[in-house]
Amino acid sequence: MNYQVNDKGYYGEFGGAFIPEMMYPNIEELRREYMSIIHSYDFRQEFISLLKHYVGRPSPLYFAKRMSEHYQSNVFLKREDLNHTGSHKINNTIGQILLAKHLKKKRIIAETGAGQHGVATATVCALMGVQCVVYMGALDVKRQAPNVKKMRMLGAEVIPALSGNQTLKDATNEAMRDWINNPVDTHYIIGSVVGPHPYPDMVARFQSVISEEIRWQLDEQLGRELPTRVIACVGGGSNAAGAFYHFLEDEAVELIGVEAAGKGISTPDTAATLTLGTPGVLHSSHSYLMQNEDGQITEPYSISAGLDYPGIGPLHAHLFKTGRGKYLWATDEEVLQSALLLTRKEGIIPALESAHALAALEKIKLQPEDVNIINLSGRGDKDMETYLDYFGY
Amino acid sequence: MNNRINQLFQEKDKNILSVYFTAGYPELNDTVTIIQELEKNGVNLIEIGMPFSDPVADGPVIQNSSLIALKNGMSVKKLFEQLQNIRKTVKIPLILMGYLNPVLQFGVENFCKKCQEVGIDGLIIPDLPLNEYLSEYKSLFEAHQLHNILLITPQTSDERILQIDAESSGFIYMVSSSSTTGMKQSVAKYQTEYFERVNRLGLKNPQLIGFGISNHETFQNTCKYAGGAIIGSAFVKALEGELTLNERISGFVKTIVNPE
Ligand SMILES: Cc1ncc(COP(=O)(O)O)c(C=O)c1O
Repeated sequence: MNYQVNDKGYYGEFGGAFIPEMMYPNIEELRREYMSIIHSYDFRQEFISLLKHYVGRPSPLYFAKRMSEHYQSNVFLKREDLNHTGSHKINNTIGQILLAKHLKKKRIIAETGAGQHGVATATVCALMGVQCVVYMGALDVKRQAPNVKKMRMLGAEVIPALSGNQTLKDATNEAMRDWINNPVDTHYIIGSVVGPHPYPDMVARFQSVISEEIRWQLDEQLGRELPTRVIACVGGGSNAAGAFYHFLEDEAVELIGVEAAGKGISTPDTAATLTLGTPGVLHSSHSYLMQNEDGQITEPYSISAGLDYPGIGPLHAHLFKTGRGKYLWATDEEVLQSALLLTRKEGIIPALESAHALAALEKIKLQPEDVNIINLSGRGDKDMETYLDYFGY
Repeated sequence: MNNRINQLFQEKDKNILSVYFTAGYPELNDTVTIIQELEKNGVNLIEIGMPFSDPVADGPVIQNSSLIALKNGMSVKKLFEQLQNIRKTVKIPLILMGYLNPVLQFGVENFCKKCQEVGIDGLIIPDLPLNEYLSEYKSLFEAHQLHNILLITPQTSDERILQIDAESSGFIYMVSSSSTTGMKQSVAKYQTEYFERVNRLGLKNPQLIGFGISNHETFQNTCKYAGGAIIGSAFVKALEGELTLNERISGFVKTIVNPE
């Protein structure tokens, strides 16, 4: 089975580039150039060097002893939370800012939900001295205030998106409108494996460093490259795509994505797109969506702003459809408990998004000899207020 | 294919006035009245907007009218019900304009069938790009006598404009500037250069210019470079207010065509 994107930008029936003509020149330029740029010697050198010296890669693959005892199985954490800026998002923004430099773009725009991608974008823009505009749903601006302040200190302009539910989807709409209105000199750094081709493939490639490292780190620690399963949370699906990437063809490795069920999959307050959604086109890509029967996008909900998105990357739609990936869900409640468990067992406070991956350990039948990799996509600093409210410390 | 759109351009090659409105706005059941009034006041072609929750190619005015239309209960199904008898009273060409997802959920073939049944002449689906249209949709559209109207912008290369011209029919929608829909006060120099560039290409399809046309002056200016112009946001904006719907519509069309 082939899980790579084809030359038309499709993973099976999913993906494509359903863009208005106004975006065509920029998307076409990217489509033509991205592979040769990211495979060029100059790009590779700079990308690898920044990941090492600036981001702090490789991120540790940590055997979580007390978690393993608790679950009577082997639990490893891929520590993306230890990256500069606190999540996996920086792997992608480093890649895209270098790409933008090769394309001679002078202005960067981005959307953000939790603010992690916004901070990661503002960071690389500061690093390269490029103008940066971040769109963020007005509700998220309130929910994730510390990240808004960080972005502003880093020199980015943060523009609240006032349309719709004022969350990630609306921020994405605004960023696309900005690009339509600024067709020259601007590059749009999309924060996940969503959007028109070539974004899903490009972002997956930048994030694939996660699974590349897992393979040799596991070999180093256990003398084997293949785990039993890899578990990651999925919003748009970039950390999961990165954690799955180099295992896609190893069919023995179970790939498990965990969606945000919010208040539960039988309530309207949920963001479990693959579990509940149906195929359609949003943000220029054919994939699963949360929508009503008229094709209007419905508003998702999750306690974690980074998973509060009504779509999912086309790679995941394909893995889901073909059965190569399994997609579970976790409720707000389950996620909060899993976050507390990790905190108390290992002294690591995870991001709410990443705690969805941890919650899967409660839902899978684990064997003592299993090797379970949890992609710990981010740290919990940004979520302290939510945790404190809930646990009442 | 030879439908009302072709006939319009055969009869009139200058100063064609095309108006866009969002179906379901300001009130759910205004659709038929708005179409009839526009025709009565001399508008030559109408684009009926199918509202979508996430209209990325639209500016604030059409975003807002779409949101209200959806709240009012508009849907593709509802729209076809409203248009069921439109051809008993209306003669001018009608185009449906909207985003792809609601069309996909309705079912593309079913959608085309319904369009033909109620008397729609063309479709404008901004997020259905040329390559997808050619591989999946063209034969269906053509089988139902529907012109697919494609957009070009100041950033579109000559080569691509020629390709779009070759593959489309009806007319070409020249987006006046690189922007989302919305009102602008004047026509900039780079825009006239682009209009002239397109004129020099000698396209087989006629062209209408849209996006940012908001008043008599911008209408007149753009009409110099094309068969006519399309007004959207400015008309949608004009539908707000105190007067009756009929008065608002006739008042607006008058300010565009004949302001004295
Ligand atoms: C820590 C963390 N994990 C996961 C996500 C979800 O994004 P994705 O599914 O693209 O990895 C986010 C998004 O903000 C995040 O901040």
